[in-house]
Amino acid sequence: MKKLLSVVLALLAVCGLLAFGAHQLQTTSGSTGKKVLNLYTWGDYIDPNLLTKFQKQTGYHVNVETFDSNEAMFTKIKQGGTSYDLTVPSDYMIEKMKKANLLLPLDKSKLTGMHNYDPRFMNLDFDRDNRYSVPYFWGTLGIIYNDKYIKPGSIKHWNDLWEKQYKNKVMLIDSARDVMGFALASMNQSMNTTDPATLLAARNKLNRLSPNVKAVVADEIKMYMIQNEAAVAVDWSGEASEMLDSNSHLHYVVPSEGSNLWFDNLVIPKTAKHFKAIYAFLNFMSEPKNAAQNAKYIGYATPNKKAKALLPKSIRNDRQFYPDNQTIRHLQIYKDLSPAKVGLYNDRYLEFKMHH
Amino acid sequence: MQRKQRLSRNTAYFIPYMLWILLFVIAPVLLLIYQSFFNIDGQFTFANYQTYFSSNTYLMMTLNSVWYAFLITLATLLISYPTAYVLNETKYPQLWLLLIIMPTWINLLLKAYAFIGIFSQSGIANQFLSFIGIGPQQLLFTNFSFIFVAAYIQIPFMVLPIYNSISELNPSYVNASRDLGATNWQTFSRVIFPLTLPGVKAGIQAVFIPSLSLFMLTRLIGGNKVITLGTAIEEHFLTTMNWGMGSTIGVVLIIAMVIIMMLTSGGKRRTRKGMTK
Repeated sequence: MKKLLSVVLALLAVCGLLAFGAHQLQTTSGSTGKKVLNLYTWGDYIDPNLLTKFQKQTGYHVNVETFDSNEAMFTKIKQGGTSYDLTVPSDYMIEKMKKANLLLPLDKSKLTGMHNYDPRFMNLDFDRDNRYSVPYFWGTLGIIYNDKYIKPGSIKHWNDLWEKQYKNKVMLIDSARDVMGFALASMNQSMNTTDPATLLAARNKLNRLSPNVKAVVADEIKMYMIQNEAAVAVDWSGEASEMLDSNSHLHYVVPSEGSNLWFDNLVIPKTAKHFKAIYAFLNFMSEPKNAAQNAKYIGYATPNKKAKALLPKSIRNDRQFYPDNQTIRHLQIYKDLSPAKVGLYNDRYLEFKMHH
Repeated sequence: MQRKQRLSRNTAYFIPYMLWILLFVIAPVLLLIYQSFFNIDGQFTFANYQTYFSSNTYLMMTLNSVWYAFLITLATLLISYPTAYVLNETKYPQLWLLLIIMPTWINLLLKAYAFIGIFSQSGIANQFLSFIGIGPQQLLFTNFSFIFVAAYIQIPFMVLPIYNSISELNPSYVNASRDLGATNWQTFSRVIFPLTLPGVKAGIQAVFIPSLSLFMLTRLIGGNKVITLGTAIEEHFLTTMNWGMGSTIGVVLIIAMVIIMMLTSGGKRRTRKGMTK
């Protein structure tokens, strides 16, 4: 019994020391200090070198916390108890956060770099006049294929996925909006349709795709495509650019008849506290040099026109990730749908997944 | 007097456990039931249950979940019973038991990722198949691989209770049965198996119930070609934010689990050795 007691006491002492150490580390890294900025963003979504550069230039230390879905971020900010100064929601989520009064409007007089951005990516439906958001990255939904198994150029349109020769070769990203979306695009329908009959038709069309579907998976697609496990996949351009970096046999296509165009924009949630740091950071990230460095590191398309001009030609002229105007005109941005309509998309999508 | 004192001390020992149960089992279940009566706009309704029981999708999914949980349990039982039996005959059963339990120390997700490596096109399994001349097969994203991995993960939870009941078995019963002329099979089916049934039932409970709501594996190993209720719950809580519907499915699952518990724990209650008296 005595022995047991001493073991328990020793364990408690060790735990106490560890907790004290962790606390010390946290305070020295400055998460409670004054000259800080709390950035809430997607995992690995900013070049760490830029953060050190920002701290050197302005003295603000950036604390980065990450989320893995718009919905998770929304719930956390809505519940409160956090002190995030900046976050990076996608288009439809900006609309949703705006409706839920979770965003603070930007003070335009404090922003210095807004003229650097491409006017095509400003003043969009989800945020007119950019009252709440500064563009960060943009991208598309498309098809990745491996030229070891598929002749280059044979996949150009969504409908090509339905071809018999791709039996059990296609991987899909596990996302209701995107899978239903490309089925709708292949039928020349709006990717924001809320018409039940159209959604039903899209599901029926997807059901006919199921013999070709090898799996419906999430982040693992990246790994599978890099390891030549599957021949074709439907995924976002950001993921695609990472795959292409690791496997030279892969190619990315944005179907010209239409696809999704998405944005991740910087916004100020209502939990923000360090306003000087926020505007310093927004202006810092708008500087072409910094935006270009970030784009090179992340591999997504930058909405900063002047930053794009600074990128090497091989990136700047890459039609896979900077599609031509003709294609961009056919791309559609997701709208924030009412919960009931989101439910409709998900029900049809679940039925398709059940269809195997 | 002494007995009374011990009794009150026993109740005092029980308080932390009761608090735990109250806070982390009973309260969440009540919340879940409460949530399930609200629709997406926050109005009180029975519509969630109505939707559930009138929708082919959900009913099919329920059948699917039960069917796969059954297959997983069966596969696990078929492997675990002989294992536990042989374990009892070995010289160092505790060592072997430790080896069987060891995989449970590793995170479920890591084990799933390891199997992705093993089953992939260029993985060890396919290298072996090529070596013996069968050629590489599609192993990932099949029902087989899903059940295989799920059974692998559940085996320790089945072996432990069965092993306990086998090791508690008094060998003189087996000897008596043999002495009285029973064949090996008769000894097993009339004496050993009935006496170890409580362990088997406990094992089935420990495996079947978690298998009903597996959802990580359905995506990672099954490639969403196997859809269970867990998938739908995840979707309702994370994407559609229809917590009412998600809770309804959760309540149905809990009811299914209670039914299984009742079915498997029915019959005579045997007190464990050394627990009472």
